[in-house]
Amino acid sequence: MATAKGKAPEPRPATADEVRTDRERWERETLDPTVAKSPDQNEIAYETRSGIPIRRIYTPEDTARLDYITQLGWPGEYPFTRGIYPTMYRGKTWTMRQYAGMGTAKETNERFKYLLKEGQTGLSVALDLPTQLGFDSDAPEAEGEVGKVGVAIDSLHDMEAIFEGIPLDQVTTSFTINATAPILLAMYRAVADKQGVAADRVAGTVQNDLLKEFGSRGAWVLPIDPSMRLVVDVIEYCCREMTRFNPISIASHFRDAGATPAEEMAYTLSDGKAYVRACIERGMDVDLFAPRLSWFFYTYTNFFEEVAKYRAGRRIWSRMMKEEFGARNPVSQMLRVACVCGGHSLQKAEPLNNIARLTIETMAVTMAGLQSVFTAAYDEAFSIPTELAAKTSLRIQQIVNYETDVPKTIDPLGGSWFIESLTSAMEAKVLEIMDKIEQRRGMVECLRTGWLQSQIAQRAYEWEQKVKTRAEKIVGVNVFASEEAPHEVEIYEVDPRLEKSQIERLHRARHDRDQAAVSAALARLEKDARGTANLMPAIVDAVKIYATTGEIMGTLRKVFGEYQPTTAF
Amino acid sequence: MPTEPTLRVLVAKPGLDGHDRGAKIIARALRDAGMEVIYTGLRSNVEAIVQAAIQEDVDLIGLSMLSGAHKTVGARITELLKERDADIPVIMGGVIPGKDHDLLKSHGVAAIFGQEVPLDVVIAKVKELALAHHRGSRGAD
Repeated sequence: MATAKGKAPEPRPATADEVRTDRERWERETLDPTVAKSPDQNEIAYETRSGIPIRRIYTPEDTARLDYITQLGWPGEYPFTRGIYPTMYRGKTWTMRQYAGMGTAKETNERFKYLLKEGQTGLSVALDLPTQLGFDSDAPEAEGEVGKVGVAIDSLHDMEAIFEGIPLDQVTTSFTINATAPILLAMYRAVADKQGVAADRVAGTVQNDLLKEFGSRGAWVLPIDPSMRLVVDVIEYCCREMTRFNPISIASHFRDAGATPAEEMAYTLSDGKAYVRACIERGMDVDLFAPRLSWFFYTYTNFFEEVAKYRAGRRIWSRMMKEEFGARNPVSQMLRVACVCGGHSLQKAEPLNNIARLTIETMAVTMAGLQSVFTAAYDEAFSIPTELAAKTSLRIQQIVNYETDVPKTIDPLGGSWFIESLTSAMEAKVLEIMDKIEQRRGMVECLRTGWLQSQIAQRAYEWEQKVKTRAEKIVGVNVFASEEAPHEVEIYEVDPRLEKSQIERLHRARHDRDQAAVSAALARLEKDARGTANLMPAIVDAVKIYATTGEIMGTLRKVFGEYQPTTAF
Repeated sequence: MPTEPTLRVLVAKPGLDGHDRGAKIIARALRDAGMEVIYTGLRSNVEAIVQAAIQEDVDLIGLSMLSGAHKTVGARITELLKERDADIPVIMGGVIPGKDHDLLKSHGVAAIFGQEVPLDVVIAKVKELALAHHRGSRGAD
């Protein structure tokens, strides 16, 4: 609109109404004629994986009613939508924490030192299944499983060997351990003691999230109620004695089992709610334990939805902690998040393609402002990673950190009409699902009735149908699928002789210790378990004198029995 | 015209692994394809699987394995079936390295399906093996 002299007026912000009017003009004059000749391809569904429609274009109309101050706020302040720390990555880079562990302590110690040398900034320990489930390496249940999906830890000797030459006051360590979290936490503390590191200086995490085991991951041992008791025991213990340690990482494995991103966030936050209630019931003040809650989520290649998911999650949790649980400490309201880029999103066909997927995912989580990132390896569908695959994934994070602008500004996608619209839509969807869970009396009930498990199985089946019908397209799998066999990669193979050598280590440990003292310690544990005491002190005492993982868990199995899984599908 | 017999299949998760997404999908797909499916749930051991398979008179056993214990389980289950004189075909699915397929087949595992194999292919093979067993174990139909 020119003046008489031909000079354009000074620009001034258009109102949402003016934008709408002009959008309608654009649609009439420019868009519709194009669409008439060349309609949308509709090769892929224009919606997110949670079923939120994705429109052709987003405009200021979509954020016209967004209140920056109360809905977005500032990094480091309620409601934390834009980030939980004031300076985010300008102050401190996200922790590069690659999940690793295999064979015996020696192999794992070597892989840890390798990854630290290559620039990893935090340790993350993978445990083998016998260790996760409280079986010693010589138990009949452990045959063929020792050291396969992670490191075997039968006794404190193994934990000591894993951290040989690694000072616990200089690293932080996350253990993906749940049913046997109390045992491994006790062992880690014992290693710190031996190294002369004070308990309140030891930093790290135990996952210690049993609800998601019942719901999706399957590494439970005890029934639901005693499992919850132990979870709270660990939280209570850390609040008292290991104040820098995260006693729980509430995790979203529901996603890898089939849930949509909105369901993932809803189920996981609902688990969080259940744990908060359990801690309050134990008599703990919310501002004592809530600052120590941490979280773990999955991220796949649905880039924008992932960013929106995390922003929405932070907003929802902070509001809930403040308004529903009365948390006053800002740290109680913060969602401190670690994540994995990978899982089910990585394909077996043309495995090098996964490097692209992992890059997209790593960009998403760092643009979403998460605290700790695990970028899985391109050979994920084949085996645990080779050294090259593990290093390549670490390099992805380093490239994002050093060669992109991602860490230079906080919440770079904030203010995007699309992202803010999607964040609000995700928030609404997540709250709707959380409400459904509340109607069903919370996550514990949803798990007891099997409702949650059936929801996830249903969603997994639906995804399978979408892939089969090509409603969802996966490159190399159902589009551009090669006629030849899946591209082979060199895969890591755990030396089968390690099982035997681990068993020998275990037998030596049992032989060399004070058996009478161990028996007494286990008897005391059994007594405490039959009572109401926090079980951590008894477990700490038992591990110090080399009681084994299997013996300690065996004592608890004896008292509480074992969870009976369902056979529904 | 003889009607198609109802085939019975046991889907099992042997060992300690808790990843049951695939096993449940397979179980449901086989049920949708008209078969009767029994799913053992997690943490089933080989003895219990064989016992259930014989008791339930199934035509095929499908094992879902992701934890690296496939060689141990494959050897043990085929050995146990032989011991019990139960000629039930066994297939395996999940994360099983290609280089182990020949060894598993030499133990007597009838087919191995990686996670990338389309469901239709799995269903067809299951039908083929189960039908052969069903007809074999019941004499001529």
